[in-house]
Amino acid sequence: MNNNLYKYILGIADNSLILGQRMGELTGHGPSLETDIACTNISLDLFGQVRSYYQYAAKIAGDGRTEDDIAMLRKEREYVNVLLVEQPNTDFAHTMARQFLFDVYHLLFLQELEKSKDLNLSAIAKKSIKEVSYHQRFSSDWIKRLGDGTEESHQKMQDAIDDLWTYTDELFHQTEADKAMVKEGIGVDVTKLKDNYYQIVNSVLEESTLSIPKSKYFQKGGKQGIHTEHLGYLLSDLQYMQRTYPNMEW
Amino acid sequence: MNKLMIEHADIDTELIPILDQVSDPEIPVLTILDMGVVRYAKLVDNEVMIKLTPTYSGCPAMDVISDDVKAAFEKAGYKVSIDLVLTPAWTTDWISEEGRDALEKYGIAPPLEADADKDALLGNKRIVKCTNCGSQNTKLVSQFGSTACKALFQCEDCQEPFDYFKCLK
Repeated sequence: MNNNLYKYILGIADNSLILGQRMGELTGHGPSLETDIACTNISLDLFGQVRSYYQYAAKIAGDGRTEDDIAMLRKEREYVNVLLVEQPNTDFAHTMARQFLFDVYHLLFLQELEKSKDLNLSAIAKKSIKEVSYHQRFSSDWIKRLGDGTEESHQKMQDAIDDLWTYTDELFHQTEADKAMVKEGIGVDVTKLKDNYYQIVNSVLEESTLSIPKSKYFQKGGKQGIHTEHLGYLLSDLQYMQRTYPNMEW
Repeated sequence: MNKLMIEHADIDTELIPILDQVSDPEIPVLTILDMGVVRYAKLVDNEVMIKLTPTYSGCPAMDVISDDVKAAFEKAGYKVSIDLVLTPAWTTDWISEEGRDALEKYGIAPPLEADADKDALLGNKRIVKCTNCGSQNTKLVSQFGSTACKALFQCEDCQEPFDYFKCLK
């Protein structure tokens, strides 16, 4: 089995799985019916994309594990998602800020992954780009509406951006699997996405009358499996059915 | 039927009547051929090989469609194998003319061209036609509707809320 490729795929898929789970938590709890549906639609898109990634990972692993096993039955330290996506739905401003800060990265990433020499990854990227463009449009829209809204909505969005900013730098850290895959023309060099990312993010923040955080202190660790305390709680929800009723299918 | 199909997919004509019996479980007026999700259908030694592509990655209808296609061919006495393909990625351009008409009659506004679609979904222009009264005085309620492929609109003249099938290119 190509261990680097397997790890590389998990690095991509885990981000979307964990964010998808976070957005899925809003089912029946969104601030309005329409927003509730929008958030869960985003969740559905992300889960759809991760199925393709995990199916591919399962094929590479070739040890009898299925897409579900990989998604549902790993331990916390074996998840390699970035810290940003596991942050909780503190309030709607945090939920949208997290989505926005990830969407901008996600779209830039997929636009590069589309050029991958690996035809499976390229196909998944092509498909996902269409969906993720919608996500970014939706989340950017909310940054502007809340940022450039009332005094209170502005403050809440500013707080959310300030809180989550510390998790953005990790998006551009390379893992060993990343480096190996970039060398083979399969992976995306995330370090090269950074300038473009902050340019897009900053211009939306400016348009939203929000200030760009100045802090240079950034958190990291998710890509190495060292997570914030929030992931464990999320996984206990996510994995409950598979842990309690092993091998159940629906 | 369905001359458009021939252009973007590779389908044996003799299989069309069977494929045409299967519809999208979430939009029952639309057959999977009208939808453009059948990419390939060939008869090789009494075994039918089918390739399907999802509209959206997470479309929950795909598994059902796959089962329905299998059942339809087995009923007609064929062996069948079905593959899911992702590339080329599905586009709303593959929805047939018949499909667009069926959508509109069913109460779902068919997709506009890409530029117009962007204008409509950003709320810049009022161009999506109400499926109830035909007025273009309609507003976007939400970019995401009852399924991943639709957005929610409301007519400001007759007040009817309706779905708009988002353009995907």
